[in-house]
Amino acid sequence: MVSPILELTNINKSFGHVHANKNINLTINKGTIHGIIGENGAGKSTLMSIVFGLYQANSGTIKVNGKEINLRSPKDSIINGIGMVHQHFMLVENFTVLENIILGFEGELVFGKNLEKAKKDLKNLCDTYKLNIDLNSTISDLSVGFRQRVEILKSLYRGAEILILDEPTGVLTPQEVDELFKILRSLNEEGKTIVLITHKLIEIMDLTSEVSVMRQGEMVGHTKTENTNKEQLAEMMVGRSVLLRLDKSELKTGDVVFKVEDLTVKDDLDVTRVKNVNLEIRAGEILGLAGVTGNGQTELLEALSGIRRVESGEIYLDEKKVSDSQNFLNPRQLKEKGLAHVPEDRQRMGLVTDFKAYENLIFGYHDQQPFSKSSILNHKDIISHSKKIMEEYDVRPQSPNLITSNFSGGNQQKIILSRELNEKPKVLLVGQPTRGVDIGAIEFIHQRLIDMRDRGAAILLVSVELDEVLSLSDRIVVMFDGKIVGEKENKNVTDRELGLLMAGVV
Amino acid sequence: MATVDKSRVPWWVSNLIVPLVNLTLALFVSGLFIFIAGENPYEAVRLIIYGSFGYIEGFAYTLYYTTNFIFTGLAFAVAFHCRLFNIGGEGQAYIGGLGVFLVAINFSFLPVPIVWLLAVGGAVVFGAAWAFIPAYLQATRGSHVVITTIMFNFIAASLMVFLLVDVIRDTTQMGPHTVALPEEQWFPSFEDFAALFGVKIRYSPLNISFLLAIAASFFVWFLVWKTRWGYEMRAVGHNTQAAIYAGISPNKNIIIAMCISGGLAGLLGVNEILGVHHKIVAGFPAGYGFTGIAVALMGRNHPIGIFPAAFLFGILYQGGSEVTFDMPNITRYMFVAVQGVIILFSGALENLFRPQIENFFVNRLNLKAKA
Repeated sequence: MVSPILELTNINKSFGHVHANKNINLTINKGTIHGIIGENGAGKSTLMSIVFGLYQANSGTIKVNGKEINLRSPKDSIINGIGMVHQHFMLVENFTVLENIILGFEGELVFGKNLEKAKKDLKNLCDTYKLNIDLNSTISDLSVGFRQRVEILKSLYRGAEILILDEPTGVLTPQEVDELFKILRSLNEEGKTIVLITHKLIEIMDLTSEVSVMRQGEMVGHTKTENTNKEQLAEMMVGRSVLLRLDKSELKTGDVVFKVEDLTVKDDLDVTRVKNVNLEIRAGEILGLAGVTGNGQTELLEALSGIRRVESGEIYLDEKKVSDSQNFLNPRQLKEKGLAHVPEDRQRMGLVTDFKAYENLIFGYHDQQPFSKSSILNHKDIISHSKKIMEEYDVRPQSPNLITSNFSGGNQQKIILSRELNEKPKVLLVGQPTRGVDIGAIEFIHQRLIDMRDRGAAILLVSVELDEVLSLSDRIVVMFDGKIVGEKENKNVTDRELGLLMAGVV
Repeated sequence: MATVDKSRVPWWVSNLIVPLVNLTLALFVSGLFIFIAGENPYEAVRLIIYGSFGYIEGFAYTLYYTTNFIFTGLAFAVAFHCRLFNIGGEGQAYIGGLGVFLVAINFSFLPVPIVWLLAVGGAVVFGAAWAFIPAYLQATRGSHVVITTIMFNFIAASLMVFLLVDVIRDTTQMGPHTVALPEEQWFPSFEDFAALFGVKIRYSPLNISFLLAIAASFFVWFLVWKTRWGYEMRAVGHNTQAAIYAGISPNKNIIIAMCISGGLAGLLGVNEILGVHHKIVAGFPAGYGFTGIAVALMGRNHPIGIFPAAFLFGILYQGGSEVTFDMPNITRYMFVAVQGVIILFSGALENLFRPQIENFFVNRLNLKAKA
């Protein structure tokens, strides 16, 4: 007997200009494990946050068990039997498991005789679903896998019939993933409905009975998992949107100007994020680096630009070693040697948003002539330079004295690009050049990158937009789990092939 | 509530009207205090104005206090541009005074103007050195400067008491102070200047350090907005991640900003020792270092704002002492409370009415534009 437990109709949600969810319809049947798959930024998490009451939809209706409900906060969702396990756990680290679970209900529980009952109920839940949690252990002593189980237990204790898990395996080791899947299966056998949000095809095939695919804020397909395969899902996930047309001249490559050998990089938490990566970029070519966010691209870019220390391996610029684990040049020294960097996150790294536009237009080059002479800033030259490049790169409005945060995202990006490209770099590292940028600016930015290539710069383009990688690159490498898992000439490569590589399938 | 587009708020609204409204409110609340204490608030205001402007010596006192507040206000502002909360101005000023005295007394064989220059240098170096230690700990160990600088205030106070009692005390006297500097080294006072023009006035502590304070204001403005160092300090303060991306070292800039800040605080010692006491007296910074924080916040960390803010506090200090003379119910501590209210309204509650005021003016301007 199949009956829908959760029905979403025509859900819309926008954040400013970004339309994160467009007319989403979704039906989840009782007692199923339903997968929702899509690339990062496809709108999966937004949709589930609406279901959990964290966000309110702009329009659309939500029905639980056939009854229309109004979700204004997570409390409403919990009452209606919806529980969610977030990507980042919501636990108080120095509380015990028990304390975390009864948090918010302590009025009735902690000091009353009900506490014993609560303990018993929790023990029963642990036994039924083989969660194997000691209620008295402190959260900070538990491994990530166990913390996740505490979250699950918390939802169950609050009466969840529908359990939403947002990218639950992202932080787990393979063994922990197996354990989690066992638990989810046993939950399912006991009649719970599970919604699994993920971008990993393997998990969908392993665990789910039904699957929905999202792309760029839209729901693009529903199917039973047994009726589909990884290739088909990958195709749906990546889509076949029309490539942007670009005038690109014949490839004329020169010598290798940038070379990475056996590079390994760790992140701030001491986790190895880049694993033995080798790259070579020639003058006059664009090397595209495709991959789903969080597979080490950020750390790779940071290491190449001198921001992050290299764990092992070497980086060569113009056949001269610039970085290894012992010696490395800082970003400014690399800039002087002709390496420019357009960072992935412009507001966090590329700009000081409280600075005036002209101050950002010299950022990182502020100590060079003619901007500063014996450490005194040359205001007149800086302003005239700013006016010139703001006109050249069509930054609007063309007022160097305006505070940078008042510019739109696209124009902020142009400020960074004009600054980095203006110095005619030999090597250009570009991260997500068009993230959050409007169509007009995208074309402009792409054309500028092609111009740089034709002028003989070696360009590394890191982007999660597959279309962008495909339309700009001469050669494409795919990164998955910190490793380069494939390299293709950009001639007859299809987005499907890349999609499979990105998902770690082949 | 609708948010105001920041770019459309005229500068005079956010930088003049808003502080004035806050100040008015603070004075109103202070007036209530005085009323509750059983005195007439109008009379108190009249006394404040008379005390700080009404006669030449009173005005000179006002400017003397202003001098100290400028130094400590600038000191706080420089560190704040690097987003460092240097509340150690008090201790840095104290140690700066030690530098002034040691230099002046040991180099007294040199011509006086050179001794002055060296003494100013001594103030800067000693103040900077006292700020360097917390700065170094912040940069390399992550020990928060708020904690370390306030602890360094206590250490400075204890160290100075030790020195003044056991090491550099004037042994012919009982008090904890040093011997006086030779009279030719004393800074020319306002009295001396007036005498040049044949005007005879009574004593006031105002001296040429006031000019040094104005010079320091220019220096800070130039440093923060016109040099590479100021640029890098502000970059680190606003967005450390971006600074690293641009190859600017946060650690180096934390240390530079704190040392400049400490050096400026140290200049207070020049005013107090070369200009007023002519020797080190125990406890001479007398809370100027802390009031400097309020001055800087009220002056929006810009020298152009710090000057009027310092002047306002000068008026309150000088006018306040006038009030306590004439009004038996008002004690010195009452004026500490008044200062507190001003700090509360222009510092902590600075944004209480800002949105409403800015909205009001933006709406009016929009109407005008449409008409």
